[in-house]
Amino acid sequence: MSTITKTQAAVGRSAARGSILGIEGMPLSEIDRLLQLARKMNPLKPRPLLRGKRVLLLFYEPSTRTRASFEIAAKALGATTTLILSSGSSIEKGESLLDTAYTLRAVGADVIVVRHPNAGAPHLMARHLDIPVINAGDGMHEHPTQALLDAYTMLRHKKKLNSLQVAIVGDVYHSRVARSAIHLLSKVGARTTLCGPPELVPEIAATLAPGLRISRSCEEAVRGADVVMVLRVQRERLAGLKLSLPDYISRYQITMTRLRLAKNDAMLMHPGPIIRGLELTWDVADCPQSVIVEEVSNGVPLRMAVLARALGKG
Amino acid sequence: MKQSSQSHSLLIRNGHLIDPVARVDALMDVLLRDGQVVEVAPPNKIRGGADEKFDAKGLIVAPGFIDLHVHLREPGQSYKETIASGTAAAAAGGFTTVCCMPNTTPVLDSPEWVTWVRQPQRGAVVNVFPVASATQASKGAVLTDFRALQRAGAVAVTDDGKPILNETTMRDALRTSAEINFPIVQHAEDTRLTQNCSMHEGATSLRLGLRGMTDAAEAVIVDRDVQLAQQFTGARLHVAHLSTAEALKSVRRAKRNRARVTCEVTPHHFALSDSDVRDYDTNFKMNPPLRSAADREALLEALADGTVDAIASDHAPHAPHEKIVEFERASFGVTGLETALGLAVTVLHGRQKMPFARIVELFTAGPARVVDLRGRGTLLRGSHADVTIFDPKKRWTFDATKSRSKSHNTPFDEWQMTGKIVATIVSGRIVYRSG
Repeated sequence: MSTITKTQAAVGRSAARGSILGIEGMPLSEIDRLLQLARKMNPLKPRPLLRGKRVLLLFYEPSTRTRASFEIAAKALGATTTLILSSGSSIEKGESLLDTAYTLRAVGADVIVVRHPNAGAPHLMARHLDIPVINAGDGMHEHPTQALLDAYTMLRHKKKLNSLQVAIVGDVYHSRVARSAIHLLSKVGARTTLCGPPELVPEIAATLAPGLRISRSCEEAVRGADVVMVLRVQRERLAGLKLSLPDYISRYQITMTRLRLAKNDAMLMHPGPIIRGLELTWDVADCPQSVIVEEVSNGVPLRMAVLARALGKG
Repeated sequence: MKQSSQSHSLLIRNGHLIDPVARVDALMDVLLRDGQVVEVAPPNKIRGGADEKFDAKGLIVAPGFIDLHVHLREPGQSYKETIASGTAAAAAGGFTTVCCMPNTTPVLDSPEWVTWVRQPQRGAVVNVFPVASATQASKGAVLTDFRALQRAGAVAVTDDGKPILNETTMRDALRTSAEINFPIVQHAEDTRLTQNCSMHEGATSLRLGLRGMTDAAEAVIVDRDVQLAQQFTGARLHVAHLSTAEALKSVRRAKRNRARVTCEVTPHHFALSDSDVRDYDTNFKMNPPLRSAADREALLEALADGTVDAIASDHAPHAPHEKIVEFERASFGVTGLETALGLAVTVLHGRQKMPFARIVELFTAGPARVVDLRGRGTLLRGSHADVTIFDPKKRWTFDATKSRSKSHNTPFDEWQMTGKIVATIVSGRIVYRSG
């Protein structure tokens, strides 16, 4: 058969079992299952569940947290890991995403974890591969394992997710973390308010998932919240918009004063990297309510669960 | 095109003739001889024999369809399409005439290249009228020689794929247009507003994390061009693949002012909207992008009320390596020649109850007027013997792998449609007949 026939047939074909492409298409039962499985994972007590398995980490973008925690998670389960960066590989010579994917499959990958600057890149790979693909962040689209580890973190402090009031403050438009979090919180039944200027939180963002609210007042969004999730604001992105940094800071920066409007036991979350003095103040980042560092730690058991499940061991 | 020197006649019998120019919508026989329409008469009234007879019972007989906007990719991009393969697809889609776009390699910016496209060696099976580029190499800076291009056989000029952004350049183009009665075709997109965008700006682009093109990026250019066109009496502006409700407003205003402004709409824009972009399927990526449901509704209304002059496919073939990639990196464009009629009948007639006479007008007399194709777009006696015969009730399923185009980048693969081309006749010869 011609290439065209083969590739056309691939369009619409579903991803291999165990793939995680986004939270939007993930059933609530699967979210629950992964969160339960993560609770059984202990990075300090390795279980060789994935002995002999090969985890390929394919990173087209810089990453600290996600890359390290996937690698540590895979090793904690006894798998071997191979890291491919876009620089220093054949990608630099112009190899296409699919050809890179076929190559990694051919060298024996059992699962591919991919971070890519283009939205939908993991979906393209998954349509053409018979091994699971895990999205470690695709452009501005989704970062599903971040949303899962955030939910996992919330559950370590709160009994249930469905009664939570969550404020997401900052750059929603450019954020894949926000999109995944929004879908997850909507699925579990939390009440979510998005807060930021129209340039970063457009009105139409309310259509992303059922039950979303938008507020232009940081005070209003934070008041009575169980969780305040702060998103990074990138200076370079503000530059292109009609939005000044001092304006943003004065209206939307999370300060101790603003954080005190939330519930007394509110959690302060941030997917990182944080820019102190921009989206939050120095003292907010380190305050007792801050779980920013814990989020990073929780990334390991959560990603152990994701990898185990991808390879049929959970 | 091969023209036989031998005399040849073809009688099309028992068909339902729809010819908006002749105001005919009735059972009629049509006799073609030596490349011309020689007689149109009620059934069985045409005397004398014919070399060949075609029984069109139960079928609609129409003037040959004209597509104002196709990319045949020659010279220079024959891995996507050739003039031969593209016109074979056109014939299968019922088009007897296509106007090909100049964004080839090199760009069709000289009389020599216009002539080259029209040479018989290219193997075209339908009529090909080139649209030459409006500026040298379509770089938007220096206008091409419109008069020379017109003499060489170009029917209009455009920098399609790119807009003519510079206002002075556009003004100069329209001034010359008025002087020599030559249409300027504009791909209306303010590219300063659409950097790195791969679909329409809206709820779907936000959800998919893709940067979106606003409707304003199209509308501001259409509005500017319409105003410029009205500064020169007789200037002719044709808006290619118009896709937004906002841009329609400018065209409507121009038409009320009796400006010589025309526009075309593609089947994909009237059949689909941005919410159809699922799973990052690059067969739904084109420029202009699939717009909102409200824009689509506005297009349907404008197709019905006469604001839109023509349906044009914007047939844009691309090779797999340009399409089976990340959505944001994929080339813009979809094929469309073979699905245009099926979509028009299914969507415009089936759902919108548009009469067949109007559909036929949008494929024939409408586009013929836009670029002044004399003796085409009608079957009045003496016209070119270009005829399209279709079955308005036939249900069929489009199979992209069986397309005559070299490329298969269509969003309509496996679509069930009503309305199928049965035969395509160019200069009195059957160039396509459905199996």
